[in-house]
Amino acid sequence: MKHITTLKTRNLCESAKHGGCGECQTSCQSACKTSCGIANQKCESTKKESK
Amino acid sequence: MIHQYKFDKLNIVLDVASGSIHLVDDIAYDVIALFEDAKKEEVVNKIYEKYKSESVSLKEVQNCYNQVLELKNNGTLFSEDNFAPIAQTLKNKSKGIVKALCLHVAHTCNLNCSYCFASQGKYQGERAVMSLEVGKRALDFLIENSGTRRNLEVDFFGGEPLMNFQMIKNLVAYARKIEKKHNKNFRFTLTTNGVLIDDDVIDFANKEMSNVVLSLDGRKEVHDKFRVDYAGKGSYDKIVPKFQELVKRRNNQNYYMRGTFTHNNPDFLEDIKEMLNLGFTELSMEPVVCAPNDPSALTKEDLEIALKQYEDLAHLLIERKKEGKPFTFYHYMIDLNDGPCIYKRVSGCGSGTEYMAVTPWGDLYPCHQFVGEEEFKLGDIYNGVTNTAKQEEFSKVNVYAHEECRDCWARLYCSGGCAANAYHATKSITGIYKDGCTLFKKRMECAIAVQIADMIEE
Repeated sequence: MKHITTLKTRNLCESAKHGGCGECQTSCQSACKTSCGIANQKCESTKKESK
Repeated sequence: MIHQYKFDKLNIVLDVASGSIHLVDDIAYDVIALFEDAKKEEVVNKIYEKYKSESVSLKEVQNCYNQVLELKNNGTLFSEDNFAPIAQTLKNKSKGIVKALCLHVAHTCNLNCSYCFASQGKYQGERAVMSLEVGKRALDFLIENSGTRRNLEVDFFGGEPLMNFQMIKNLVAYARKIEKKHNKNFRFTLTTNGVLIDDDVIDFANKEMSNVVLSLDGRKEVHDKFRVDYAGKGSYDKIVPKFQELVKRRNNQNYYMRGTFTHNNPDFLEDIKEMLNLGFTELSMEPVVCAPNDPSALTKEDLEIALKQYEDLAHLLIERKKEGKPFTFYHYMIDLNDGPCIYKRVSGCGSGTEYMAVTPWGDLYPCHQFVGEEEFKLGDIYNGVTNTAKQEEFSKVNVYAHEECRDCWARLYCSGGCAANAYHATKSITGIYKDGCTLFKKRMECAIAVQIADMIEE
């Protein structure tokens, strides 16, 4: 019996290899302006690791 | 490190370092809770004792334990966080690069909201508007310092930026003229209280602004308590039809209806419902930022209410999606499969380094929330950053520079949080704003749960 379902997520360790292009939006820019977080940022890299 | 929590009938386990998310049954949930603190036999026996009355066999519990072990072995559960030693190196990748500016085109406002962190747009200073010459120089400064970054973000902010609308138009025309030559793509945002929106503004904003942030607090009585003109008259009736027209002509996309919740409306879900009733679907509702002794500051009791509101908001989002009436809540937008890379997750918000605010006269500050605090002045758009010691402090703020974040499960979702909030709470930009953390963590739990509920539905 399967007790665990793993969701498809971006592998953060893998992203260390190709990440850091810096093209994504700065965090609280353009929206909240007062309570920063980065989780809802979209990756804008054109050279992403295979996921 | 892991974080496990329940949301309705969902048992959710987050593996912090790998970013993995697991949906587990009750047995696995309990096995995982004990896994790191006891030997296999002890874990299995304890869990078997708990579930044997439900016809769960010892073999099944052992099987479950092995599934957990397999995840640990493949690095998606209890994975080690090895990012701390490389965090600064990752952050340094963008050293010397500026890619976003918040242009304070008007340090003045046509509303007189007592809760405004910018003190009615004046930022503790004199009223002023930015000249076209300063604006142009700011964009030139951005291009000169943006290295190979192509996407450059510029916010028109205030005060009320539309009080300097002609300058904004002229400046955008200038930007469009120079961007191709420099292989750049300007993305503009306008944050407005709506009072001065007219046909001309709508046409311009919908042509040139990648995003517009429209300030509306929700229910009329809530909105009009704070968002009043200088005669004390509420602005709700005046701005709502304008916002509706702007959004309609924008095809209902690329905007945020942004509200603030305060001590006056910790039950902010009612305000979100009001926004929905008005036809808006792209929503953001932010906790007020102010001194703890301010009458609008959130109390401990308010925080408790707000936490529950976030859960109810998640339920509303799930329900409305099922009914074919979806809406977006800014903080629940989370792309599990295509979210930020580890560089972004450890580097923080970029304030003071890749993001700065520019005053009407061209001074540079680490972000809009530091404007007016003299010790944070970094330099100006003519001479660049001259207060290099202060900038160095910001360039060293990665998530692990916050002592409290090292043991927090949400660290790679928030990246250390807001430097301004931290400073105002602790007098250190590497401190943390605890109440903000409490709210953030709840938002993340809800955001992930909404995603999972969505996946299950699909």
